[in-house]
Amino acid sequence: MIAGIDVASILLGGVAAGTVLFIVSVGLSVTMGLMGFVNLAHGAFAMFGGYIVVLAMNRAHFSFTVALALGFAATAALSVVLEQFLYRRLYRAGELDQVLLTIGLIFIFMAALTIAVGPQSQAMQLPPELGGQINLGFIQYRTYSVFLIAIGVVIVAGIWLAFERTRIGAQIRATVDNRRMAESLGINVDRLFTITFAFGSGMAALGGGLGAEFLGLDPQYALKYLVYFLIAVSVGGLGSVVGVYYASLLLGVLDFVLKLYLPKGGTIFIYVLTILLLLWRPQGLFGRKAT
Amino acid sequence: MSVEIAPVQPIATVQRLDQPAARILMRRHHPRWWEALPWLAAVAFYFVFPDYLGFATALLVTILFALSLDLALGYAGIITLGHAAFFGAGAYTVGLLAFHGIWTEPITSLALAALAAAVIGFASGVVLLRTKGLTLLMLTLCTMALLQEAANMAHDYTGGFDGLPSLDIAPLFGLFEFNPLYADTQYLYTLAILLVCFIFIRTLVYSPFGQSLTGIRENLLRMHAVGAPVRRRLIICYTISAAIAGIAGGLWAQTNAYVNLSALDLDRAATVLIILILGGYGRLYGAFVGAAAYLALEHFLARIYPTAWQLGLGLLLVIVALYARKGLLGLGEVLWQRYFGRRAAT
Repeated sequence: MIAGIDVASILLGGVAAGTVLFIVSVGLSVTMGLMGFVNLAHGAFAMFGGYIVVLAMNRAHFSFTVALALGFAATAALSVVLEQFLYRRLYRAGELDQVLLTIGLIFIFMAALTIAVGPQSQAMQLPPELGGQINLGFIQYRTYSVFLIAIGVVIVAGIWLAFERTRIGAQIRATVDNRRMAESLGINVDRLFTITFAFGSGMAALGGGLGAEFLGLDPQYALKYLVYFLIAVSVGGLGSVVGVYYASLLLGVLDFVLKLYLPKGGTIFIYVLTILLLLWRPQGLFGRKAT
Repeated sequence: MSVEIAPVQPIATVQRLDQPAARILMRRHHPRWWEALPWLAAVAFYFVFPDYLGFATALLVTILFALSLDLALGYAGIITLGHAAFFGAGAYTVGLLAFHGIWTEPITSLALAALAAAVIGFASGVVLLRTKGLTLLMLTLCTMALLQEAANMAHDYTGGFDGLPSLDIAPLFGLFEFNPLYADTQYLYTLAILLVCFIFIRTLVYSPFGQSLTGIRENLLRMHAVGAPVRRRLIICYTISAAIAGIAGGLWAQTNAYVNLSALDLDRAATVLIILILGGYGRLYGAFVGAAAYLALEHFLARIYPTAWQLGLGLLLVIVALYARKGLLGLGEVLWQRYFGRRAAT
């Protein structure tokens, strides 16, 4: 019985962390699948959004919900500006140039936040109704973790519906599958990408804000978690929303278990598994085979 | 199956060699006068700035590391985010041998460092070079992260996060001490190793092997079509590149007399990539220009205000990615042709 409760609490903790990973990474997956743009600065968008959320709550005393909406909007707007002026020029360039540009953006974000806010870690104060424990019937667990998991389910369902049931979702799927054909059919791929990019960056900001409580938030954030975002995307499969969701949950639970039982060097297994999986399926778990 | 080849007329050969294009091709690998300049500058530096030899040694090590990446990235077109894996492998080989008192002779230690890095390069190359694009990027990144975690986990041997401090390196040829305060020996020793490695790399890239690497980078499909053993060449190139990166790492450990986890960091891998692209990749001297520009800027700007350095570096990268994709050397070439090329044409 005790073992059962342990397993449940480990699963809940891991799934909560994985949910945050998913919310951050989903935009990256879709934009990479859509445009093939290696956007290493995606973590920097999450960091920027997280800062907006935390500062809006701590300094301007907005409510959690308003702060999250603000972070989403501000980051999405900023990303549109960057997309129009910088990213757009490198769509047809090689990966190397894209890597260089986005590493440059990471440094700019890190330096700008250090100058504007300071190098110290920003503390996140959860609203009281999300603090404390909740009784799930079989287990007492942190309300915030349960809240995160619920939000994750709502988001993945929402995005899945938008992908499968709306016109723009169909256009995105068509473009991921065959860009030239989609363009020939009159789909405005450039505009489609701007919209998706803005939405994905906004989601990253949301993830940055939601995860700030347990991931911490300091100017190193953009680099520190970059490898995790990239693993989630490449394991899940480019352009696959459900794939990224499963990959993120898997990664979250695995990380949680390893940190618990192998506090030293447990992450080594995550890298080994990622390498093996990518060798077995270079396109990721749910990705389509590369053409 | 052998194909009958018609014997070439000697006279025709002479005529063909007289063509300007043929002459350029034949003389392409000959050393040019300006190629002596960096080495003369390095020797002059020794006499003019004896107080800055420590900084200059770090610069030489960085140049060697960037050169090794140039071989893989600039010539063979292997895009990797994990080249520090080999730098770290070399550094830890030297560090472990010296710290546990097994082997401290500097030159043979470097050879062992190169060997260890080459083994890892070969093993990972065989597996990873089947993929390309984002998958390859991720796999190189994960390999490096894996090695770093392994070094962290083997705390009893590698010192974990703290690393291996105050390594005892035997005097060079039994005569010249590595003195941490006066970097004379380190500087000349590093310069000599860099020269040897550079001559090796330069010979390699102008050899038929090097030409086939360029072919693979430029047109993979055609190289397959003409029957070049593409994967084997890529693996050989990756292994050599890893070995040289291992030498750079070994030199880093010897000249600093310590090793720590930063040798295997994503930071280090990203920095060397930035340095190479900043200087210009696929042209050998890009590594020299990039490393000198980067380290000099870092040295002076970071001392004033570290965050300003980070901001400046970020802006610089964005500008290079958008406007100067061939790096500083490419930019210099364009300017040179604009001012001197026109005069020659008229």
